[in-house]
Amino acid sequence: MKGKSFLAGNISSFTQALESMVVTEDLCRAPGLLQGLDPRVKVITLVLFIILVGLAQSLPILILIFIFAFVCVILSKIPHVHFLKRLFIFIPLFTAVIAIPALFITPGVPLLSLAGRTIITEQGARTAGFLIMRVVDSLSLGLLLVLTTPWTKLLAALRWLRLPSLIVAVLGMTYRYIFLLLHTTNAMFLARRSRIIGGFRGGENRRWLGRALVTAMMKSQYLSEEVYLAMLSRGYQGEVYILSDLTMRRRDYLWAAFSVVAALLILGCTYL
Amino acid sequence: MHIPDGYLSPITAGTMYVVSTPFWIVAVQHVRKALTRRTVPALALFSAFAFIVMMFNIPLPGGTTGHAVGGTLLAIVLGPWTAVIGVSVVLAIQALLFGDGGLIAFGANCFNMAVVLPWVGYFIYKVISGNSDIASKRRLVGAVVGSYIGIVVASVVAGIELGVQPALFHAADGTPLYAPYGLDVALPTMAIGHLAIAGPVEAIVTGLVFFYLQKSQSSLLAKTEEPRKEGKLWIVWSAALVVLAFATPLGLLAAGTAWGEWGVGELKDTLGYVPKGLESMAGFWKAPIPDYSVPGLGNVPGYIISALIGLVIIGVLVWLLARWISHKKSSGQKPSVKGGSAV
Repeated sequence: MKGKSFLAGNISSFTQALESMVVTEDLCRAPGLLQGLDPRVKVITLVLFIILVGLAQSLPILILIFIFAFVCVILSKIPHVHFLKRLFIFIPLFTAVIAIPALFITPGVPLLSLAGRTIITEQGARTAGFLIMRVVDSLSLGLLLVLTTPWTKLLAALRWLRLPSLIVAVLGMTYRYIFLLLHTTNAMFLARRSRIIGGFRGGENRRWLGRALVTAMMKSQYLSEEVYLAMLSRGYQGEVYILSDLTMRRRDYLWAAFSVVAALLILGCTYL
Repeated sequence: MHIPDGYLSPITAGTMYVVSTPFWIVAVQHVRKALTRRTVPALALFSAFAFIVMMFNIPLPGGTTGHAVGGTLLAIVLGPWTAVIGVSVVLAIQALLFGDGGLIAFGANCFNMAVVLPWVGYFIYKVISGNSDIASKRRLVGAVVGSYIGIVVASVVAGIELGVQPALFHAADGTPLYAPYGLDVALPTMAIGHLAIAGPVEAIVTGLVFFYLQKSQSSLLAKTEEPRKEGKLWIVWSAALVVLAFATPLGLLAAGTAWGEWGVGELKDTLGYVPKGLESMAGFWKAPIPDYSVPGLGNVPGYIISALIGLVIIGVLVWLLARWISHKKSSGQKPSVKGGSAV
């Protein structure tokens, strides 16, 4: 690989990650159905729905869940294009690599025959359908949670769910410093790119990459000491307190009730 | 290796949460003790760094690129328990922020990449490097081989999780409900992909960073070295392997054949028919020691000898690989000055 495209590839993936993080932050603050809900209710109900996606054993129910998720996208004023783009970044890969071969190699009742040979079996079509719909549904529900809940609110909800405060604090700070380190490494790649014409061979690129990684590591090491001192100077004593002003309102109870009823209906359809 | 939701049944996913939880609890306790009040900022920055490592596009010889996990690297530099937390935090952020890896599959992903990968890699690094000097070639080889084997073993574990799905969870008519491929497909697919691409990426990243750390920041590497006397650790482990080899005849006590390792005849007995493709492939590869028995010896000694031969072959292969890598590193990589430093 030429040095330039290697650098450009990395710069673009760093930029994309930064952009996606910033866009997510923006969307979370838009007024909409899910944005207005208590994060605890959202975490519990959406994870409940993802588990239901795993438990459901009929394609119509899985399709219904996707329609439900998409209605939530509309009511939460998430731009459809952005949502679908993030959803389908993953799907083509899955369908190509995993689901499509299953169409042809799963033994069972023939669904499509060509010149007397079974091409696609009924079981194959269903197993591929299950896989695709399960991945699409789970990912949609996960994205709904992420795109409508600011990181801090999400962490407050996880803290309420008894995640140790140490882990919550680490998750919060990691998120913040990912921004910084992404910027820093991006600058390193840009600096490199601005100093070369043409490109380097793979071996030289790898050596540079090794040095860049060690530099990033040393920077994060140094920064962690600085951050620690800054925390000390502000009275940090080793205990982490997480502020939370979460309150349940009427719509939260309504949403929770709706979710429980929907869950029971789906379970009833599946197992009765 | 990030398993999305939908591939594992909720039961498997839940089980993997249960399996991972003790590791998380012990890791938090360990890290709290080791880093004291510095824990939170240190872990946060390490995790952010691990995130960046996973973002890097690594150019491979031959023109392709890949992403590394960096679990073994973190385990070597910061200790395996810190790596457990660091990689778990990164996986959580990837799942929650980018939809990379499922939410209910998070337990399984953490077990594969945050527990198995760093621990296996770290263990092999320790066995190979022994008591050698921080700046020694032997340690570099240990880091490279450890990270390679670590990610391959992790991928095999992921392959097992995916491969047991169709056998355990299928509809009445045989339709697989989750990941559709059995162990016979899932295991080789995961293993080959990681042996060929993800393994080399991991080994390159770990080797490069370790090499430069040895050159410029060996104090950092020395910090995680516990002053424990474990010089002859590898002897203990070799002994354990030999004991295991001698224990292999215990497998004869178990009824039937290992899952997925049926011969054509056994398949016919179980299924009533032999899949066409399998029949035509059955004679394709004749193992040098068929059915793990050495001709002329009884079952039990044959098993033991087969196991020992296998161990020796694997040992020699690893040793050759290690030699080859250390040779390449010492001859091919003079510290380059003209490349300039980062930024």
